[in-house]
Amino acid sequence: MAGHSNYVPQSAAAKWLESRLPVISLMRGSFVDFPTPKNLNYWWTFGGILFFVLIAQILTGIVLVMHYTPSTDAAFDSVEHIMRDVNFGWLLRYLHSNGASMFFIAVYIHIFRGLYYGSYKAPREISWILGVIIFLIMMGTAFMGYVLPWGQMSFWGATVITNLFSAIPLVGEAIVTWLWGGFAVDNPTLNRFFSLHYLLPFMIFGVVILHVWAFHTTGNNNPTGVQPKTKQDTLPFHPYYTVKDLFAIVVFMIFFSWFAFYLPNYLGHADNYIEANPLVTPAHIVPEWYFLPFYAILRAVPDKLGGVVLMFGAIAVLFILPWLDTSKVRSGTYRPLFKQFFWIFALTCVALGYLGAMPAEGIYVTLSRIFTAYYFAHFLIILPMLGFLEKPRPLPASISEAVLKGGSGQPAGAAAAPETK
Amino acid sequence: MSTMINMVRSLVAVASLAIATPALAAGAKVEIDYQNWSFAGPFGSYDRGQLQRGFKVYRENCSACHGLRLVAFRNLAENGGPSFSEDQAKAIAAEYTVVDGPDDFGDMYDRPAILADRFPSPFPNEQAARAANNGAYPPDFSLLAKARAAQRGFPAFVFDIFTQYQENGPDYIYSLLTGYVDAPEGVVVPDGQYYNHSFLAGEFISMAPPLFDEAVEYTDGTPMTVEQYAKDVSAFMMWAAEPHLEDRKKIGFRVMVFLIVFAGLLYFTKKQLWRNADH
Repeated sequence: MAGHSNYVPQSAAAKWLESRLPVISLMRGSFVDFPTPKNLNYWWTFGGILFFVLIAQILTGIVLVMHYTPSTDAAFDSVEHIMRDVNFGWLLRYLHSNGASMFFIAVYIHIFRGLYYGSYKAPREISWILGVIIFLIMMGTAFMGYVLPWGQMSFWGATVITNLFSAIPLVGEAIVTWLWGGFAVDNPTLNRFFSLHYLLPFMIFGVVILHVWAFHTTGNNNPTGVQPKTKQDTLPFHPYYTVKDLFAIVVFMIFFSWFAFYLPNYLGHADNYIEANPLVTPAHIVPEWYFLPFYAILRAVPDKLGGVVLMFGAIAVLFILPWLDTSKVRSGTYRPLFKQFFWIFALTCVALGYLGAMPAEGIYVTLSRIFTAYYFAHFLIILPMLGFLEKPRPLPASISEAVLKGGSGQPAGAAAAPETK
Repeated sequence: MSTMINMVRSLVAVASLAIATPALAAGAKVEIDYQNWSFAGPFGSYDRGQLQRGFKVYRENCSACHGLRLVAFRNLAENGGPSFSEDQAKAIAAEYTVVDGPDDFGDMYDRPAILADRFPSPFPNEQAARAANNGAYPPDFSLLAKARAAQRGFPAFVFDIFTQYQENGPDYIYSLLTGYVDAPEGVVVPDGQYYNHSFLAGEFISMAPPLFDEAVEYTDGTPMTVEQYAKDVSAFMMWAAEPHLEDRKKIGFRVMVFLIVFAGLLYFTKKQLWRNADH
């Protein structure tokens, strides 16, 4: 990271600081001079977009907390106080609640980009695993955040999800009581969820630093999956990728604003505008859209413990993915068979999401089972076998060769621009 | 580019898959009579006259059973709402009695409401409300227009993203208020209940048909029909649930314009910067 910078402090103040804490060269090496493959496409901008959304969530969240009251008696009304009485409170809350959905849209694209281009393969396994950890913490944070407005879906969602732990043999019931801080979802539950909802984003921030550190050590993956070989293959992060990422972030903000300003309740559930009532169960308890594929897997299994195991297994399998994929070729671009299975897998995830929103009856259960089976088969059967069965297309000799159209015969550096030399 | 085409292909495939399966969830199939609302769409705003009429319908026809506990009297005079004058709002507030206290002797006392007060609810608690209403609980109106939504189903819910359809609540309320029809042949309506083909929670509702032609006097020449009352009170309830809707859409438009221009400038900056970087 710092090693990528040839920064030499000029001013006396900078020299003083650098000799004590080399933070300027660290930042320059990581985000200014950092050599980045020059062929990254727009799917690669979602890392920057995610960082922006994380910061936006933390900032809006900190201000929301100034007006929110974590108590079963006051939580619902305090959210309405934010919506009605606090200056621009409606804006903060809609940005924050829709921001959660935006976070998941961006993270799903980011994950699927990694899956397609083999970003999880050696030497980037640690970066991938840290990413899965971020995803897990995100899910916990989003789940607990959804409980805070204390609407009907908050309460019943919390009840259903925490109850999953009761499936654990012997100690399940005790664990659930411990999670709740009582014998039902109640004030202690709301208070601890609030506390954790404030804590976890900062943990995400910490793991994000590790995640970036890891792939800055190995270097970014890129659409060819071929490691950069010469200076011709890379560009300094600034200004090339700072401006590209910024452009992508602003385009994403347009998409975000479309929801936050014009469809603020589209991604939520109407029942959450009814205050939590432990005596009235909603007709359908549906989690937020970003949990639906996992919810479908949970309900696909007739046995409660089996469902819970498979649901967590659906994420656990991501941890060992780097060792399940036996192909030496990283990028899906050069893997004709993998490419097709990748899109079938993407469809499977969307189908599971749809089924998670449907009632668990009839044809929906059957379809959920088929798609659940395929979800696991993709990781446990197809990916390990493809490495042996598939004949990948020839890889380009270098990134430069791949990006210079028709330039396969000439030396890679021949047409390079003066500033990249 | 080929990844983009793949994306589109997969979306089409998802769409056809979803069409193949019945999109409506189990549960009541309700009749929704979709209306044109002045506050729909990116430039929507409330119709002041409609909100004032809707408030009149609420006050004279609904408020005996339904509360409005999150709305303050001052809201009636604020921008983006019914826009009563401050004096009018004060006069409306003064017609309500709220409990205040304790006074210097430790006693609670009644006083006329002021602008800072919120609408007092008709019943002290849910139990009292149920006792007075044959066991049924008349819900508070403050958030009802956002707390009710009929299933849109596929593919409507996808198109809603592009058409910015967010009026599920008022459409449902309007449909419910005008949805009292004769029960179909063979359906026995239980005592004290009424048949309604738009009710989400089943076909029988405990609320008697609440609106009748000419029940509320309109002085501005607006037709005094059940449909008009239903529409006006639904619009009023949407405002009660989302009092900053106009601000939201106005600011949203400015944000959009700014972001689109900014994105355009960034795009050309990026292009200019990358022109020599053969990528």
